[in-house]
Parts: sequence; structure tokens; C-alpha cells
Amino acid sequence: MIPASFDYKRAESVDEAIALLGEHGDEAKLLAGGHSLLPLMKLRLATPSFLIDVGRLKDLSYIRDAGDHIAIGALTRHRDVEISDLLAAEVPLLARAASTVGDPQVRHRGTLGGTLAHADPASDLPAVILALGGTLVAQGPGGSREIAATDFFQGFLETALAEDEMITEVRVPKFGGKGWSFQKFTRRSQDWAIVGVAAVVANGSTGIALVNMASTPVRASGVESALAGGASATDAAAQAADGLEPGADLNASTEYRQHLARVLVRRALEEAGV
Amino acid sequence: MSILGNRVLRKEDPKFLTVGGSYVDDLKLEGAAHVTYVRSTMAHARILSIDVDEARSAPGVLAVLTAADIDLAPIAPNGMMNSAMVQQWLASDITRFVGEAVAIVITEERYQGTDAAELVFVDYEPLPVLIDQEAAVGSEVQLFPEAGTNVSMKIDFGEDPDFFAGCDVVVRQRIVNQRVAPCPLEVRAAACRWSDDGRVTQWASTQGAHSVKGDIAKYLGIEPEDIRVIAGPDVGGGFGAKIGVYTEELLLPWLSKRVGRPLKWVETRSESMVNLGHGRGQVQHAEIGGTRDGRVLAYRLDVVQDGGAYPKMGSILPFMTRTMLGGVYDIPKMEFHSRSVVTNTTPTVAYRGAGRPEATAAIERAMDLYAAEIGMDPVEVRRKNLIAKDAFPFTTPVGTTYDIGDYDRALDLVLEAAGYTDLRAEQQRRRESGDRRLLGIGLSVYVEITAGPGSPREFGAVEVKPDGKVIVRTGSSSHGQGHATAFSMLVADRLGVELDDVEVIHGDTDIVPRGQGTMGSRSLQAGGTAIVRAADQVVNMAKSVAADLLEASAEDIVFDPADRQFHVAGTPAVAKTWDEVATVAHQGEGLAAEIDYKGAGATFPFGAHLVVVEVDRDTGKVEVKRIVAVDDAGRILNPLLADGQVHGGLAQGVAQALLEEVLYDEDGNPVTSNLADYAFISAAELPSFERTQMETPTPLNDLGAKGIGESGTIGSTPAVHNAVIDAVAHLGVRHIDMPCTAEKVWRAIGDATT
Repeated sequence: MIPASFDYKRAESVDEAIALLGEHGDEAKLLAGGHSLLPLMKLRLATPSFLIDVGRLKDLSYIRDAGDHIAIGALTRHRDVEISDLLAAEVPLLARAASTVGDPQVRHRGTLGGTLAHADPASDLPAVILALGGTLVAQGPGGSREIAATDFFQGFLETALAEDEMITEVRVPKFGGKGWSFQKFTRRSQDWAIVGVAAVVANGSTGIALVNMASTPVRASGVESALAGGASATDAAAQAADGLEPGADLNASTEYRQHLARVLVRRALEEAGV
Repeated sequence: MSILGNRVLRKEDPKFLTVGGSYVDDLKLEGAAHVTYVRSTMAHARILSIDVDEARSAPGVLAVLTAADIDLAPIAPNGMMNSAMVQQWLASDITRFVGEAVAIVITEERYQGTDAAELVFVDYEPLPVLIDQEAAVGSEVQLFPEAGTNVSMKIDFGEDPDFFAGCDVVVRQRIVNQRVAPCPLEVRAAACRWSDDGRVTQWASTQGAHSVKGDIAKYLGIEPEDIRVIAGPDVGGGFGAKIGVYTEELLLPWLSKRVGRPLKWVETRSESMVNLGHGRGQVQHAEIGGTRDGRVLAYRLDVVQDGGAYPKMGSILPFMTRTMLGGVYDIPKMEFHSRSVVTNTTPTVAYRGAGRPEATAAIERAMDLYAAEIGMDPVEVRRKNLIAKDAFPFTTPVGTTYDIGDYDRALDLVLEAAGYTDLRAEQQRRRESGDRRLLGIGLSVYVEITAGPGSPREFGAVEVKPDGKVIVRTGSSSHGQGHATAFSMLVADRLGVELDDVEVIHGDTDIVPRGQGTMGSRSLQAGGTAIVRAADQVVNMAKSVAADLLEASAEDIVFDPADRQFHVAGTPAVAKTWDEVATVAHQGEGLAAEIDYKGAGATFPFGAHLVVVEVDRDTGKVEVKRIVAVDDAGRILNPLLADGQVHGGLAQGVAQALLEEVLYDEDGNPVTSNLADYAFISAAELPSFERTQMETPTPLNDLGAKGIGESGTIGSTPAVHNAVIDAVAHLGVRHIDMPCTAEKVWRAIGDATT
């Protein structure tokens, strides 16, 4: 399990990382926790010729109260999200979901920015940020811009990030933990979700996003609008897979994934008190 | 008081839990180059050409070889197999499974081998791919056209047109005992070095160093006295898959001589998943007939065994399935047929239980199906058919003689420990209340064969050194079982020495002259008995020295291991200490004995497992709530070691029932070739195990011991399997094939209720 040869440089600052991205273009990859990228490289499914290691940019590891939202640095490890008192109080859905990512080794290495930038539809946290209506801050050579999570995920492992941009911060609105649920259906405890559901009730409306039901994390918009129109949780949940044709793989057929989405959304809504 | 039977902590563990073991990959071999195999990406194809030019000029490359470079005769299949099904050292004209070695790259550094292997270009012409083992029996697609068939071996036992005469009911079921991957934590690895005196040393991750030595001598034409094989230094698991010798490792001495360098070969986990042999892989047609009141009269099993691309040990295993055909039941008529076939998949080999779990799975499912058909509790059906305690030794209709057993008691114990009546009441309560968490209760009562078939043999030697330390040499060898602890206990008991004064040496053919290795749950009963007899011989030698010192006849000398003194019977006050006697002995012949033990026959451990599962009515997901196990392996030397063996076996057994399965796509590409895709079980999927002790010593060896390495796997798989089906039986589900994944269970519920 040896990757193809590559060059490596540790970036000492965000600016340096962005400059290196500009210099090496699509041959380069940012290395943060490495728990998605390195296995792909070892299997030689990914062969970047240049790695820019941003793993030591400690300035990007923080969880702060920013008034109406919580600001989380892109290099914050899943473990820090999992055990954050601030998140437990203000955005418990995110802390809970982070506690189910992989195993302890993965959670101590993997980063929030990394999992969002990798944009694997089977990952838990992209769907959670989507359900929460989060915002990502991306920095490029020309400065920073905000990207709504709803605009960020564009295709399988594809995002709205430009080649020379990196995520520096993730902003999630406070919802105070009144009604929420994270449902994750796996073969084994530490596996990727076969299907997952993140649900949160905030300001009278319910946000629901699905893990592994499409080529990107997706909002269960049929359920959301049914609820907004006054449907019961059970009736709304029946629409969880409407318009979705998730792929079949080793773990589940398309039909079974659609069924799981309906069951898990119903359970999520029940747990969230909808 | 004897140390035997006590929960003695493992002598091995301080090392493994601190600095860790030392494996072949850890060896520092000065000047060693690295071997990398280039592997076929096609399941079945004609090799038109192999272009190695670019690889030869890659950095660090010492040599690139293809089949054309190897002038050794290929390894013929086992004599029971179709002799035309020959595997070449490297695929030459045709490749028959994804992962088959097609070229060899030797490099200064290991990473250079991975890079250079990508520069070997093979031109393939695809051939039709055969994956389905049942289709293989009569398929026009043949892996070895010169053989004229895909069937490598067949067994036919019995042919009675009136087989089910007298039966009120006959139940039939096709049962899949799926292919699984053994997944030892240490993958395959070997290293090789020639020395100036013309001898070669091979380090191998193997379950039997002596068979590696034998094969190197036989296939490479090297004199046995010029070969030293070392298993390890440590070996990190095998589960049966490291019994045989693989061509990749066997070739190293030949390659090493050719390039004039010591060599190391360590496969990757991805390689291991498709090149280490797989286990199981039977499709079974079970037919069971009996009376309406629960008496089984006839049982027939028809097996198609998937042997993979080349017939190895796995293709022979239907023989073991046949041997254990009727399990613990007294069934008057039994019939067995098997066809082992070749397919374009990884070859199958022995895997924990090796043919016996397949037999147990079939008969235990058949008993439940029969019970369901006649509307009788599965416990009652079993009770009516168990072989009675007073019937042993008992010879079954297939000719197997079970040594000793008490199956009723094992069943009683497991039902009592589990609280069977209460469990059934809880199940009924949930069904009536519409609880979405369905309760399932599954049972298996099993018997298996250890240290067989045939007579167990093993070499054992005990030598007392002048400093009082004891050296034990054994032909058995550890790949995790705890040999050092077990054998030290035996010697400590006989000689009255401390455990730490005993050193156990195994797995080095220069130090241990002969040996069988560790497989088939045989080490304690075969290796242990040899050591005990050698220790007894040493005591007798010491007694004869003591006799001279005490001026008595040797047969009147008594040795008491507790105080380590010799005296003449009746006069304990006049004694010679062990050290006094040993000092004199070492001035003469010393104190050492070697034994080549040959046992009377195989032994038959047995037991009963009861498993409780919850099935999520909405998703089909199964959660194992309890595993209650009674495993009787005769007299237990060390309950801690026995627990370890059973716990691991239970985990692997549950894994087969619920999670693990090797799969291929229609083109023969393996789709479970890493541990993310292959559902290797973890502790989080398992409850705490509940074990109940039961010991029925066997009369067949000095220790009263049977093997316990495989029973956990054999008993648990059908108990879990039966529990899942029991949970949904009231909905009309009759059978679900393993692994009982959530989707399969959900579909079975759906099919039964719509």
C-alpha cells in the first residue's frame, strides 16, 4: 500500500497554502487530516503530484461563539467538535454527528474543513452542515467569500471551491438544541452510513438532509415542504426518497436505500419532536 | 496442587502487550532486496504478451521475470484432484482469477517494486468468465479444457431410490454457506537468505514450518539438510489459510539464488484479500425426512464446493463435511454427494473449522426447518434425535466413530443458562404487542472433529539443562494460540519447575527435527501429549539416577513434583533433591527425551450454543443480544486459553452469519478486496459472551483433552442464523441465506408478508 511518488510542502500560513495551490493547479491537493486522501493515494486511486500540508495551521482550529452563529475553524478535528461544550449547548446535532464519524483514530485526525472539501456524499458532516443551513468561508488569492452550504456541493466529490481556494471557516446558526436528530444506518458501528439523516427544527421550520442518497448530500425538500404545508411527520417522511435515485452498491440496493430514507426520516422527525 | 486446569496468565503477553511481536516484515536482513508480484487484472483471459521493458529500466529494478524465465516443474494438484488442473508458478498462457501472479519484480526498495509493477504491461484476450459454482458443474465454459470438466473432485456416498421411505414429511432447502476471507492480522510474508555454506534459511508466516521445508525440498530440488525454515519469528494468525505453502513464498529461494541477494516478500492487505485462500464456499441442498412426531429417519446433503481457480485444500473439504454429516443426531440413513468445481475466483483453502462448520450449518438449519414443518419446538426435535450418552463410542452411518459425548447435558446446560422458557415467553409477548423489535432465539447443538482425520502425530522433546532450566521443543507451533503457556504448564506439573524456568521452542526446523504444525485444533492433544510423555521419560531417567544414589531399585523410587525430591517408597525422610540428582545425571547421560507421539485417533468435541437476536421489523437489521455457549473439549488445561479460543471463534462465527461475504462482479472482479468493503466484524457488533463449563475427558489421550480452536466458529454460525430466522418465522419467513444482512432480512419479511 504505497502511494505513487509526490512532492510535499508544509504550508506555514493560509496565504502560503493558497499561493502553492495557484502555483501547482489541479496537480496539487491540500492535506489536512489525511483520512480520506491518504487511503485513496495508497490504493493509487488518487495520484496528486503535490501535497500541500495544511495540518499544522493551528490558527484554523477553533470553535467560537460569534453571536447568532458558531464559527468553527476549518482545521478543527472531529474530536474537538464532538466534545465542544459550546456546540453541545448551541448546535448539539453537529457534536453528536461528529461523535459517530469513523473511529477514535479517524476523529482525532479528520477535520471539518477536510470532510466538507472532500464532499463525499457518504460522509456524515456535509449533510449535517447542509441541514443546519451552514455557511462556508473560502479564501483565495483575491480574499475571502462566503458560500452557502446549499450552493457548495455540486456533484460527486465536486464543490464550489475554485482550484486556488481553501475553506478557512464553517459557520453554523445556533438553534439551541430544541429539536434535532441524527440517524445513521450502518453495517458495522464504524462504517460509513448506508443512509443517514440529519434533522433540525429551528425558527419553526425543519431542515432535513440525507447522507448517501445522491451524488451529493441533499436536502429532503419533499419532506420539508410537506411539513411546511402541515403534513404529519409520518406522511411527510413517506416522501423522503421522492425524486432520489441513490446508487446501488455492496451495502444496499437503490430500493432499500429509498426505504431506509423513509424509515430513518420518520424516526428522525419523531425524535426531533416534529 | 497441580497447576493444570488453572487460569494461568499467558507467558507470551508481556511481550505482545509492550514491545509487540516480531514478524517477518520486521526482520532486518542485511542486503535484502524486495519481491513484488504483478497480478492479473482479468478473471479469465489468454495472455497474449507481457511487456517488461519499461519495468526493467525503472529505478532500483534488479530483475523482472515472467513464466518464461522459470524452469521449475509446476506443482501438481493433490492426488484426490483432477490432475489436469495445474497451477503454473506464474500464469503463462491463461490467467484464471483476478490477482493471479503474472510477473515478478525484484527491486532494491519495496516502494520501487510497487512503482515498477505498474510498468509491466500485459496484453489480455478476455475469455468467458465463470463465477457461479453451481453453473460450473455442467458449464461449457471450462477453466481447463484439457480436463474436460470443471469438477475437480467428487464424492458419492449412498444412492437409495427409496431413501425417504417411511417418512411422513420430507423438507428440502437450498442453503448457501458463503465464501469468506480469513483475514489474519498479519498478511502473508516470507524472507530468504542463502549462506556461504550453501544452506538456505526461509522465514515464513506459516502454521507449519516443516511442511514449508518439505515443499521447498520437493519443488525446488534442494536437499532437506540444506534448508532451514523458521515460522515467524512470530506469526500473526492463520485460521487455516496459512497451512499450505503458496507459490509466491515457495519461489523465494530460487529467486534469491538467481539474483544473488537475500529477499523479502510481504504482500499488501489488498493483495491478501484476493490471494490468501478463502474459506467455506459451499452451496448445499439439504433434504431431511422423518415422522410427524419428530423422529428424523433420513438425511441427504448434496454439495457444490467452490474450489476457486485452482483446486487446493478447499476442494477437498467436502470430505470433512461428509465425515461430520449428521452431527449430533442418531439418524438411521444418511447420504452425501459433492462436486468440487473450479471457478474464476481465488482458490479456497481451510478456514477455521474447514468443512465441519459447513456440515453443522446444514444439519442445524435442516433440523429447524423440519421442526417448523411439523410444528414442534426446535429443542424438542433435537432432544428426540440426539445420540444417547451411553451409545459411545458411536459410529455414524457415514462411518465416523465419535469417541465420547453427552449431548443431552450440553443442551440442558445451555437452555438453563439462557433461560429458554422465559425467552420464549418474552418473544411471544413482543409478537402479541406488535413490538417492532422482534426477538429471535436460535439453537445449535454440534459435534466436530479435532486432530483428525486419522491419527494425530507430533514430535515433542524435553531437556533439563545443568542450570535447572527446561527446554521444550515441539513440532506444533504458535500463531497466537498460547503454546508457550500451555506446554510450560504441562512440564511444570510433571517436573515441579516454575513456569518461567521452561522455555518452549517451536517453528525452527534446525532445532525441532520433525513436526506437523498447528491446524485442526490438534496442538494440545497431539503436541501436548508428546511433551508430557517426554517429561515422564525425563522423570524416569532421573529416578534411575536417584535409585543409584539411594541404593534402591528404580521402580521403588517416588518423585514428588511438589517438593522436587526423590525417595524410596515408604521412607520419605531419606530423600535426594532434584538438583542433587540432576547434577549426577549431567555427569552421565543427562536428562533429555524425545517422543514421536502417535495418537489413537481423532477426538470429537461437542457443545450447544443459544443465541438471542433482535431484528428491527422496519429495517431488517439484526442485533445480537446474547450468545450462550457450552463447549465441551474434554479436560481443559487452562480455562483462560480456552476462553480466548472460544471468544475468537464465536466472533468469527457471528461474522459469517451476519456480515462477511466475499463477492465478485459478473466479470470476476473482486468487490470486497479491502477491509472497508469486506465486513470484518468488530467488538462493537458483539455482546459479552456467556460460557458455561462442561468437561467430558476423552479416553483417547493422556490429557483427556480435545481441541477447542474451532468449536466456537462451528457452533455459533448456525445458532445466529437460526435465531434470525426464528425472529421473523411468525411472519412466514422460512429461510434466509447467510450473511443475514439487513436488506436480505427486510426483503424476506417483505416477500413473506405481501
